[in-house]
Amino acid sequence: MNAALKSGQGPLEYARRPWIIILFGLVLVFLYAPIASLIVFSFNVDKSGVWHGFTVMNYVKSWHNDAIFQALTNSITIAILSTVFSTIFGAMTALTLWRFRFPFKNIYEGFVALPIVVPEICMGISLAMFFNYTGMMAGVRDWIWPFNLINIIFAHIAFCFPFVAVVVRARLQGFNRQLEEASKDLGATELQTFTNVLVPFMVPSLVAGGLLAFTLSLDDFVITLFSSGPGSVTFPVKIYGMVKRGVDMQINAASTVLIAITLAATLIAMKLQSPSKSGH
Amino acid sequence: MDDWKDFKRVFLTLASPGSFWLLVFFIIPMAFLFVLSFSSKAIVNGETSTTAYDYFNTFGNYIASAGTSYLVLLWRAIWTSAVATFVCLVLAYPLALAVCFAAPKWRPILLLLLILPFWINLLIRTYALYSIFRSTGVVNQAMGLIGLGPYEMLNNTSAVIMGLVYVYLPFMVLPLYSTIEKLDRSYLEASLDLGASQARTFWSVTWPLTLPGVITGIILVYIPCLGTFLTSDILGGPNNWTIGNAIQNQFLEANNWPFGAALSFILLYATFIALVIRALIAGRSKGVDA
Repeated sequence: MNAALKSGQGPLEYARRPWIIILFGLVLVFLYAPIASLIVFSFNVDKSGVWHGFTVMNYVKSWHNDAIFQALTNSITIAILSTVFSTIFGAMTALTLWRFRFPFKNIYEGFVALPIVVPEICMGISLAMFFNYTGMMAGVRDWIWPFNLINIIFAHIAFCFPFVAVVVRARLQGFNRQLEEASKDLGATELQTFTNVLVPFMVPSLVAGGLLAFTLSLDDFVITLFSSGPGSVTFPVKIYGMVKRGVDMQINAASTVLIAITLAATLIAMKLQSPSKSGH
Repeated sequence: MDDWKDFKRVFLTLASPGSFWLLVFFIIPMAFLFVLSFSSKAIVNGETSTTAYDYFNTFGNYIASAGTSYLVLLWRAIWTSAVATFVCLVLAYPLALAVCFAAPKWRPILLLLLILPFWINLLIRTYALYSIFRSTGVVNQAMGLIGLGPYEMLNNTSAVIMGLVYVYLPFMVLPLYSTIEKLDRSYLEASLDLGASQARTFWSVTWPLTLPGVITGIILVYIPCLGTFLTSDILGGPNNWTIGNAIQNQFLEANNWPFGAALSFILLYATFIALVIRALIAGRSKGVDA
């Protein structure tokens, strides 16, 4: 920010224009009121939409509701496993694109970015047909948990790792390759240079990319709906089924838990990659 | 950059996992979908088979999708997305401007407030909107207190647009924030010093310089809106279906996969056209990189 501008006086102090402040406030109400209402009503005694008293029974009920509990466990398991693999694959893809010249590189880059832009529903149905056609849909149905979720995990890795690749590649762009040369001059091997110089530099982007993958996976409804066989239900798919049958405060309770988990993960990851630790 | 031939083993190790995954779980399924969109259900022993197809034998699916009822769905997707994108832009621009020009210690907090909902599950957010705007929801109750309503606020196009704005607003704020933040403020000061009004400065200096961010934001919002399926389903109801709902219906209920495949490719082409338009505009404008 320009030091020449005294606070509150400059013509560029857009943040102090009353209409912008009012707009900001209204947008925040629009963004947060529905979520706040969802959380508040998760403590309501009935589902009328009118406040009739405080209870935690909705939480107890949805905890003991096997279908909800299992859907939540499935979602979290899928998110963790697909985050691990998409972070690894994404980082490797980013390194390939960053370090090497190879034939048809532009086309390859285009293909890596394609899952990001293709509408989810197109990718979802193409995977549904692929799994049906190859017999994977029926094949994994009776496998022991969590292996019966493997189609969903494969699908999630496919649409998450390109996001990780984009994030990591952006970070690698700022890497000074002389550091690598210095490391090698000082006698480090290729592998030592990689683990001691390049990987520490990549860490913030691995955290950011991994977090993005985790949220995308936890959030995904469309692709999961199509790539899950009967019986392997994730949380969003379960909620969708319940919403279709009407409002139920157990949905509110379970959603509140999921919101808490996601926000905690987000805030922790933001702390981890705060500027002081980004290794500049 | 190194040539891949000098480090063949490293190159192949790094490139294979991603390439394999992309090939098996993205390119092959999409190619199969493409083939299916030109296929029809096979007739086995005089009956229409549910599992076998005659491949590459017809354009019938595309011709059928050109029927009025499906063109209406595509058109509805195109224009609801356009309105939603426009509303996002109008709301997000002043907000991004305010965040960038706020005191440095407030900036991260204000930005976080605007984009935090992005991390909350899409379905949960849509359900939250649904439950406060339904006829017995909090909004109608509040209006009931002052003697209004209850109104039917869901199951119409405005509800779908509101839902899309609610869900995708952070996608517009982020690219706008990152361009405006990089904007060299001395240009604005120069313009104001030389006597241009605030409005003139905005339209002649700020807006053209931040155009790349605007375009990125438009694309980030418009493309997911185009393929929307959840928002139109929950907030809009059957009368406000868009092409995404039609595709889902062909696969999960009507069970006409070749036709659903053709509809998805039409949606895909619409998406690519939007991307090409973006590339053309971005190629011509010279502003701050988004």
